[in-house]
Amino acid sequence: MTAFSPILTRQWAEPRSWTLATYEAGGGYAGLTKALKKSPADVTRIVKDSGLRGRGGAGFPTAGKWAFLPPDDGGPRYLVINADESEPGTCKDVPLMMASPHLLIEGAAIAAYAIGCHEAFIYVRGEVVHVYRRLLKAVEEAKKKGYLGKNILGSGFDLEIVVHAGAGAYICGEETALLDSLEGFRGQPRSKPPYPAVSGLYQRPTTINNVETIASLPGILDRGAAWFASMGTEESKGHVLYSVSGHVTRPGQYEGPLGMTLRELLQLAGGVRSGHRLKFWSPGGSSTPILTNRHVDVPLDYEAMEAASSALGTRAIQVFDETVCVVRAVARWTEFYRHESCGKCTPCREGTFWLSQILERLERGDGTKADIDQLLDTSSSMLGRNFCALGDAATIPITSAIEHFRAEFEAHVTGHGCPLDPRATALFSVVDAKKKVTS
Amino acid sequence: MTYSDEAMTRLAKDAAAIVARYPARRSAILPLLHLVQSEDGFVSPDGIAFCADVLGVGTAEVSAVATFYTQFKRRPTGEYQVSVCTNPLCALMGGDEIWAALSEHLGLGDDETTSDGKVTLERVECNAACDYAPVMMVNWEFFDNQTPESAKAVVDDLRAGKDVAPTRGPKKVCTFKEISRVLAGFPDGRADEGVGAGPASLVGLNPPPATEKGASS
Repeated sequence: MTAFSPILTRQWAEPRSWTLATYEAGGGYAGLTKALKKSPADVTRIVKDSGLRGRGGAGFPTAGKWAFLPPDDGGPRYLVINADESEPGTCKDVPLMMASPHLLIEGAAIAAYAIGCHEAFIYVRGEVVHVYRRLLKAVEEAKKKGYLGKNILGSGFDLEIVVHAGAGAYICGEETALLDSLEGFRGQPRSKPPYPAVSGLYQRPTTINNVETIASLPGILDRGAAWFASMGTEESKGHVLYSVSGHVTRPGQYEGPLGMTLRELLQLAGGVRSGHRLKFWSPGGSSTPILTNRHVDVPLDYEAMEAASSALGTRAIQVFDETVCVVRAVARWTEFYRHESCGKCTPCREGTFWLSQILERLERGDGTKADIDQLLDTSSSMLGRNFCALGDAATIPITSAIEHFRAEFEAHVTGHGCPLDPRATALFSVVDAKKKVTS
Repeated sequence: MTYSDEAMTRLAKDAAAIVARYPARRSAILPLLHLVQSEDGFVSPDGIAFCADVLGVGTAEVSAVATFYTQFKRRPTGEYQVSVCTNPLCALMGGDEIWAALSEHLGLGDDETTSDGKVTLERVECNAACDYAPVMMVNWEFFDNQTPESAKAVVDDLRAGKDVAPTRGPKKVCTFKEISRVLAGFPDGRADEGVGAGPASLVGLNPPPATEKGASS
């Protein structure tokens, strides 16, 4: 791997990194300035040539998504930025918006110009209030300086950005649920088609892009498609944030080209915590199938992860060492999906409930071997039978964990409980904590 | 509605500013609900009636939306909402122990409030700070890398009326009502306070210590 220079994280350590002054001093808004001198079609072509694919999990080509919008009919068309980062393990967009919100604002202006949008929305989850403060401030600063508003930089292009705070619902990260929420309804996914490109926000043509996707645009417009495409692998181009969490020495954000491996990331992160070894990991959030120590050399790109029967997702790499009971982790993930199911589709609403009950009983030691097969059977009844991907995602930790660790599920049945010490997973000494409580 | 004339005037002015942000009136519902929480500390029957009135929809419609989202509280909540992440990653890194310690220390279960009205304890799902696990939120500000001891010290200070600073956020945690007003889209002037990025956000910019290189290979 050749030396990589940080792009999205470049200014994060600078004093007052979030301000327009810092961003401009680092060359900020050069991408927008260049974009506005080209035609919208040329901007889209540059993004297409760069090979940029969606960073929110699905990996769809960004320019391809924009191209789904029907021709301009004179009415409004919308750009909606999905900043509802809530997928378990995913923690890249929140630090990006806290440290460098102008990357997102500049990217939003570029994307809006490319698709002919004059009113864009940033839907940020409500549970990160300091991020919301920074975004509101960034929009205000950008507007004052002429990067937003009327006749941006003398180009004749107008854009307003509304920053909208959600109110706590994982499902609103699903793009059509997000649109319903933004329209003022319960955030429940829509039946597709019609897709948002045709009938999105207020039934108008709409593009929904992830924060990191949009934040990648200023660099692409400033430095060119070839520069971006020189990073990464054949089909998975460019730079990404890898968010490494869990049982590693130095958890955190590691920016690099697509296609790095867990082995490389673990080296950067100082390895699995001292005295322990890797047991399992999720490459891109809890909705991507878990992997094991056999997969440490699989490139983290869209194709290789799929070939390894997993998915790249959001590069939310959660690392668990040998102290972790896979049944406990999966039971808790399932509890999460049960809590977050919006209740619209029966297989998801009912299925997550049943899965959760079965896993709870297995973890407690009251399960039977038939329960393990029941988990697989219920999962199979849910998969692909819902309006959105939540019901599918709920089955993924379960089926992948049983595939790799069936013996551990069975041990909970034969041993009538967990063979591992649940206190050993914590990053602090639990025995000491108990002593303090009683003293 | 039982709001005073003064409160009604103030709320109506704020509501008009919120509605003006959107192309369609109904889009204002989430910020309006945050606004009524800033007045009442929860989504009160008065607050629901107020939103319905502003939006020109029935109160049942507003209730249906309010009950969908976990940040909207159906009964009075404490001045400080203390939310412990017990999603798998945080739970395993120590969130379960932090939850148990706070629950015992405060004598509270999930979504319960201390008798002095200061602290409401709750479990939350992933709050997008997994690299700082285990994480606790107070009124939606980050308290990173917590332990049972640090978490108990935070709630003790909050109950004693001391200013408490989050690890990433403003100089001090604001009250639930104050934060609800920010979430309604009215800035409190604290955007420039606090760090740009915490230590875990910056690890990738700093080369690993030489002794750790290759630790996993």
